[in-house]
Amino acid sequence: MRQKKLFNLLTTLLLLIAFQVNSQHEETQEAKELDTAEAGKEARKEYIQHHLLDSYDFNLFSIKQEDGTSKHIGSPLPIILWDNGLQIFSSSKFHHGETVAENNGNYYKIDHNKIYKTEADGVIHYDESHHATNAKPLDFSITKSVVMIFLTGLLMFLLFAGLAKSYVKNGGIASGAGRFFEPIVLYIRDDIARPNIGEKHYRKYMGYLLTIFFFIWFLNMFGLTPLGINVTGNIAVTFALALLTFLITNFTGKKDYWKHLFDPLGDSMPWYGKLPLYIILIPIELLGVFIKPFSLLIRLYANMQAGHIVLMSLIGLMFLFKSWFGSGMSFMLAFAISLIEILVALLQAYIFTMLSALYFGFAAEEHEHNEAH
Amino acid sequence: MVGAGLVVIGVGIGIGRIGGSAMDAIARQPEAYGKIQTAMLIAAALIEGIGFAALFAVS
Repeated sequence: MRQKKLFNLLTTLLLLIAFQVNSQHEETQEAKELDTAEAGKEARKEYIQHHLLDSYDFNLFSIKQEDGTSKHIGSPLPIILWDNGLQIFSSSKFHHGETVAENNGNYYKIDHNKIYKTEADGVIHYDESHHATNAKPLDFSITKSVVMIFLTGLLMFLLFAGLAKSYVKNGGIASGAGRFFEPIVLYIRDDIARPNIGEKHYRKYMGYLLTIFFFIWFLNMFGLTPLGINVTGNIAVTFALALLTFLITNFTGKKDYWKHLFDPLGDSMPWYGKLPLYIILIPIELLGVFIKPFSLLIRLYANMQAGHIVLMSLIGLMFLFKSWFGSGMSFMLAFAISLIEILVALLQAYIFTMLSALYFGFAAEEHEHNEAH
Repeated sequence: MVGAGLVVIGVGIGIGRIGGSAMDAIARQPEAYGKIQTAMLIAAALIEGIGFAALFAVS
């Protein structure tokens, strides 16, 4: 039984490695066809940009065929637009952004990763500053990142629901994957939630803290697999996560939280002494309410984005040198950075959870005493 | 561009100082290792955030 499990794990690992080697092989071939150094540089830039962006189809890799056309391996995803009624069609109609898609007599074209409404000829008009002036329908498409978020959500649900069941069956003793996850969950409870939020209220926030920790961690780790989908490096995703923390902080804020915002000095000073101070203090405190979640969102986004840029640039070195030495060096550097990125993936999830817990602590704290601080 | 470089230098010095001070603190009180590490990581993350904000403002 155990051997079989181990065997399965090994096969999966080997497949993953083979896949990575395979996809890198394709990249090398593509790069060979670039003649000049300048074109190569542009292509590398575009490749990195392309990797960092969200996309309307789940493209694993592309192969350049002998007749010069590219063959894309992957699957199309549904496009959902709100444009005088719901418009749902498959992203295969766009042919990887190369053609105009037609649905119910409306024509759409992808430009710079955004969908615009066009006429049948698919021409996009630009103004002087090179922004498209075409109408932009509301876009609720299931993009690559959304697929990844759904998959992570499903994985987390199955994993932790299964763990909960196994705990019931074994009388509260961890088994299987629970032996790996139990110390992490306990760490979040005993070293993040309890000291920061306080013994009295921490229970209420545990569900959110655990969810956000594992969600960010898993997404970060998925970003490092050969699939390499940069979900947490997408500012919309981190914005949504930080918004949740912001809402929870402010909606669970107790009396003392609001008092600290609007009357930070309390009874330590008569009102005529407080007035000139508060003209400056209260705006700063209010600004702080928004800066806290904003710094959360920027930190996670920037860290993951920067990590991916560094990794892709190091792999890009391979095409710059075009020699065995360069490839070896690029591989070694990329390998070292990947190891650091595994640490960063965990660290960023930890920091996000930790700071969220800290902010919840501000919201939930209650003073027994009346002195100012 | 030069500004971004300056910010990164500043962030480097800042995080270096935090790390060094944390080492000192751990050497002085090894039993407080966990608490010091947590505080160090938070401070380092805050400074790092500023650095990234500057980098993204420039690029």
